Amino acid sequence: MKAFKIVTSTCIPLAIDDVDTDQIIPARFLKATTREGFGDNLFRDWRYEADDTLKAEFILNNPVYKGEILLTGSNFGCGSSREHAAWAIADFGFRVVISSFFADIFKNNALNNGLLPVTLTPETVLQLLKDCSKNPDLSLTIDLENQLVIRNDTNDSFSFEINPYKKLCLLNGYDDLEYLLSQKEKTAAYAATLDDWRILKR
Amino acid sequence: MSKTLFDKIWQKHIVNTIPNGPDVLFIDRHFIHEVTSPQAFDGLRKRSIPVSRPDLTIATADHNVPTINQHLPISETLSRKQVEMLTKNCAEFGVELYGLGHQYQGIVHVIGPELGITLPGLTLVCGDSHTSTHGAFGSIAFGIGTSEVEMVLATQTLLQAKPKQMRISVEGELNKGVRSKDIILYILAKISASGATGYFIEYAGSAIQSLSMEARMTICNMSIELGARGGLIAPDETTFDYIKGKEFAPKGEVFDKAVSYWKTLHTDSVAKFDKELVFKAEDIEPMVTFGTNPGMGIKISENVPGSEHLDGSGKENFLKSLKYMGLSEHQAFVGTPINYVFIGSCTNARIEDLREVAELVKGKTKAENVTAYIVPGSRQVRDQAKREGLDKIFIQAGFELREPGCSACLGMNEDKIPKGEYCVSTSNRNFEGRQGPGARTILASPLTAAATALTGKLTDIRTLFV
Repeated sequence: MKAFKIVTSTCIPLAIDDVDTDQIIPARFLKATTREGFGDNLFRDWRYEADDTLKAEFILNNPVYKGEILLTGSNFGCGSSREHAAWAIADFGFRVVISSFFADIFKNNALNNGLLPVTLTPETVLQLLKDCSKNPDLSLTIDLENQLVIRNDTNDSFSFEINPYKKLCLLNGYDDLEYLLSQKEKTAAYAATLDDWRILKR
Repeated sequence: MSKTLFDKIWQKHIVNTIPNGPDVLFIDRHFIHEVTSPQAFDGLRKRSIPVSRPDLTIATADHNVPTINQHLPISETLSRKQVEMLTKNCAEFGVELYGLGHQYQGIVHVIGPELGITLPGLTLVCGDSHTSTHGAFGSIAFGIGTSEVEMVLATQTLLQAKPKQMRISVEGELNKGVRSKDIILYILAKISASGATGYFIEYAGSAIQSLSMEARMTICNMSIELGARGGLIAPDETTFDYIKGKEFAPKGEVFDKAVSYWKTLHTDSVAKFDKELVFKAEDIEPMVTFGTNPGMGIKISENVPGSEHLDGSGKENFLKSLKYMGLSEHQAFVGTPINYVFIGSCTNARIEDLREVAELVKGKTKAENVTAYIVPGSRQVRDQAKREGLDKIFIQAGFELREPGCSACLGMNEDKIPKGEYCVSTSNRNFEGRQGPGARTILASPLTAAATALTGKLTDIRTLFV
């Protein structure tokens, strides 16, 4: 996994609540067997008409807004557990998603792919959505080490929470699997104690 | 110290704890399917590691399989490749596969329970958010992403931070025409689609205890729709009776020993939850959704709500949702013409659901304008339905009985609802485009769906009982 330390970028403001993973990447695009290329179909049905022409009114199609930070409404990533949603967002070029809160599975999936979900208060997110919409050049700095989001126009900063273990993983680019593999002996010792009924006999 | 049911199971599965970090949890059952596993197997190949516990890994093909002519090669190329990839991966890594045509094939969350693979006191995961279904047995069951699928394949463990806990109690007796689907849609309407994010739920109370295992599964299934990763129900005699004799369930002395342990799996009387909610069963009526998330539900007798109490982005989102659904504020909902009815999915495609639909439609005919699909949750459900003669009842009533799979719940196969059409669906999600681009989903119980198929318009089941 790619390490994450600091990102400074303008934002794309997507002022919609309850964005579910079916909108992020519709199920019909889940048939690939690799992790690459999902960005092409990110927000497919919001970005494109049925005949594949761009929907000009959708924010991702507005050339004025660019950047590595997706700024969005509350309950982002709800619904299906598809990790393809996190892959699509990262593949499109985002490195950070800011919301007032995230669905649990999406949050884990994002963290497992070096995509940083940043939770700020609803008031802060609303203000940022408003200000970024008005001023597409407004840039933010996301400083993971110090757990801060800094507005580069006003120098206001907002702190965010992250699990200390997950923070360490992101800063160093470690993934959970490496850690779990290092626990092999402990797992084997645990597995040796399983009650008979817990073992599946087929 | 007094503990919740969840605490007891969690604690028993801790392999190791990281200070200030998550726990390493042992996983008892890992279900895999064609859509969320290929990249995980690829990861194993890249690292040259085997599947740690093929014996605890259960594989089936369900998400994108066709529901007609399953004996023929899958005609849609990408779906066929994905299913072939699962077959190849299972063979290479020594995982037993219940693929198309296998007598145990079906939706992962239907086959686990019916085969006796799902038991109380276990940890179960799958790369599918509706893994919460298995919580009905009093187990910790939750959906995971593909990176986590790879972790479980490689190590049979996961790193998980312990979630907060919520208890939702439903007390009293259910009204006529109200089913477990209505209970969960009612809870969703009350606390919203994010009302339980960050929590694991325990469902309790007399109305929950009175439910059959299959009805309990419907409730736990939609825990994720509340934002919770999972929901569980304390095991009781109903649970033990259901499990006893199932194909892969423990037998004889091992079963008896298991039952005496399972009887300790309940929340201690003074245990504390981070949040407690209590609802009265008598307040619940048959429910339907009118919007584009499962929290946007109303009693079927109510009009579509208005936006007057909302402002800002909440109002915008609400109006966007109504626009997508082709509905206006305050309009009557019952009586809306409906051309599609889907009875299926991991929420409501078990034998009890099919029996209930058959009982209602027996000797009647569906309305002419309606296309009504019944997609059983598994091959076993389909075979059982045939043994009971339900297939004949369905055919006579004009319903199509398909072969098992996830089908029009998420429209990964050919079973899609056309753009702009309403579908009264027994599935779990009414998101935009979920059942096909532009499709408009109305979530409901199998009873409401079947009643609607008979009349051709959104129907309050209670008016058909007379």
